[in-house]
Amino acid sequence: MAERRSPIAVAPLLLPATLLFIAVLAIPLIMTLMLSFYSWGQYTGIVEDFTVENWVEVFTDPYFGDVFLRTLRISVFATLLAALFGTPEAYILKRMDPRWRGIFLLVILGPLLMSVVARTLGWALLFGGNSGVANQLLMGIGLIDSPIPFMFTETGVVIALAHVMMPFMVLSVWASLQRLDPQVENAARSLGASQATVIRRVVLPQIMPGILSGSIIVFALSASAFATPAIIGGRRLKVASTLAYDEFLNTLDWPLGAAVAVLLLIAIVLIIVASNRLVERRYAEVFR
Amino acid sequence: MSFLELTDLRKTYGDVVALENFNLTVEKGEFISLLGPSGCGKTTTLQMIAGFTEPTAGKIVLSGRDLVSVPPAKRGLGIVFQSYALFPHLSAAENVAFGLDMRKVDRASRDERVREALAMVGLKGYEDRFPRRMSGGQQQRVAVARALVIRPEILLLDEPLSNLDAKMREEMQGELLSIQRRLGTTTILVTHDQQEAMALSNRVVVMSKGRIEQIASPVEAYNHPASPFVASFLGKTNTLSGEVRGGTLSVGDYRADVPGADGPVAVTLRPEKMRFDATGLRGTVASRVFQGNSWSYHVDTAQGEVLVLRQNDGQPLPVEGEPVFVSWSPADMGVHREGARHG
Repeated sequence: MAERRSPIAVAPLLLPATLLFIAVLAIPLIMTLMLSFYSWGQYTGIVEDFTVENWVEVFTDPYFGDVFLRTLRISVFATLLAALFGTPEAYILKRMDPRWRGIFLLVILGPLLMSVVARTLGWALLFGGNSGVANQLLMGIGLIDSPIPFMFTETGVVIALAHVMMPFMVLSVWASLQRLDPQVENAARSLGASQATVIRRVVLPQIMPGILSGSIIVFALSASAFATPAIIGGRRLKVASTLAYDEFLNTLDWPLGAAVAVLLLIAIVLIIVASNRLVERRYAEVFR
Repeated sequence: MSFLELTDLRKTYGDVVALENFNLTVEKGEFISLLGPSGCGKTTTLQMIAGFTEPTAGKIVLSGRDLVSVPPAKRGLGIVFQSYALFPHLSAAENVAFGLDMRKVDRASRDERVREALAMVGLKGYEDRFPRRMSGGQQQRVAVARALVIRPEILLLDEPLSNLDAKMREEMQGELLSIQRRLGTTTILVTHDQQEAMALSNRVVVMSKGRIEQIASPVEAYNHPASPFVASFLGKTNTLSGEVRGGTLSVGDYRADVPGADGPVAVTLRPEKMRFDATGLRGTVASRVFQGNSWSYHVDTAQGEVLVLRQNDGQPLPVEGEPVFVSWSPADMGVHREGARHG
């Protein structure tokens, strides 16, 4: 047991990390927040005064409401899709022969080693045009009659985002599967449960915290994702991050862009904290 | 026909033989222990009875019904796992109720049976407790209640007590035994603890390296081990080398009449069955340790060190350094021809 030290004695040890965080996190965030209260004019540029004009515009102009709603919608569906595919993926991986497991874990995590831009451009190639590979395949197997527009649509963005985020979901579920006692499934089977019942009533409830924390990660990354919505969504289908980007670099209205960015940050933090609290309360009794 | 028949069971993993020539019949209501060191095939056998492992060859017949092709969910056996394998997301009562839910038992009688089962293992009032909030012993009891509430034809216990401390273990042994006697459930226990096996079972199956060494009652296996392995596994034993010639066994200067063929033999002897005498195996007391009710002697002989246990009954006993003769009654020794297999 280490002896208790006085806070003053500990302070110098905390200093380097504190300084680093202040320099790279706190100061830029505060500057962005201050920026959102400056005014901007076509001919004056950024004026360092104090106005709530940007915030009023963001909250009253329905255009911004649409963009934020779309961001929420895309993130929610991307999260659902990632959970829907990532969970069984992790479970299958867990039950795999150890020789194959290593290889397939690498296949799943491999994309993380690749640039998001490259991966998304890959999806653009698959989606592109009415004769794109994806549409040809779907029509070929008779699933659809006419081509589905993937490029520049929310459907396309959701699919590409779900794929880009999949490793985070698989890893999170994988971690909770590792904590599962393998005998528990046998116990359920010996008590008369079918394989489907074992998964539904024994495995799924136990890995729910993993699925939920994976969902929180995927949601947060999807809501703030830039490259994927920028490439698949294009210039017409804006989400919050691409909107902020355009305000900064095309319109050059930095203060408005800052307001959008800050609002996005606040929204994500609120949603994450709320759902995290929900998860913890729901599973506090059982998992710790 | 017996209740449970295991015939010529065999299990191999690649070239590795985990179990072979396994034949065992179990009568209804019996308490059988599969006993042996790790890797002897006892757990493999249990897994095959439970249905989690498929035998490479052989038959498992329960009341005339062939079990091998029956999935575990349809075998109707109760299993208590070494890790207890409770459902951590369910309360104690929900854990016990699981098997009844699978059997579509109606609500009222399910709740009644869950209550009874938890009361039977002494967990009245713990119905809503989650496993994480229970001690190892309590989790163990939930596991037993969960296995028994479905009224299984056979109760399988996979090293159920190995995760408990010594005091808890003894207590659970007593309770397991009384529950088993009361319900009359045929029980198969897998354990590496010979004391546990001898305390609980009607018969023990001593196993080594994938084969059965001996099937006998605990008293019989202890007093008349079929092989030096059984002798040394079931408590302390002296293994001496001797020779049979013309119907007479000699171990050093010790002589006894022994029927059978001539040749070298291994003689196994329990320390408490040996005594100091005027003739016998010559030796010197190397050390002696006082244990209250008995003295434990290490005697150096030409055959190696011999362990002798003598009751502290007031009789004069040799001291350290004293030359002695160690002797024993021929009925108490096990004579094992080398290379031959018994049991």
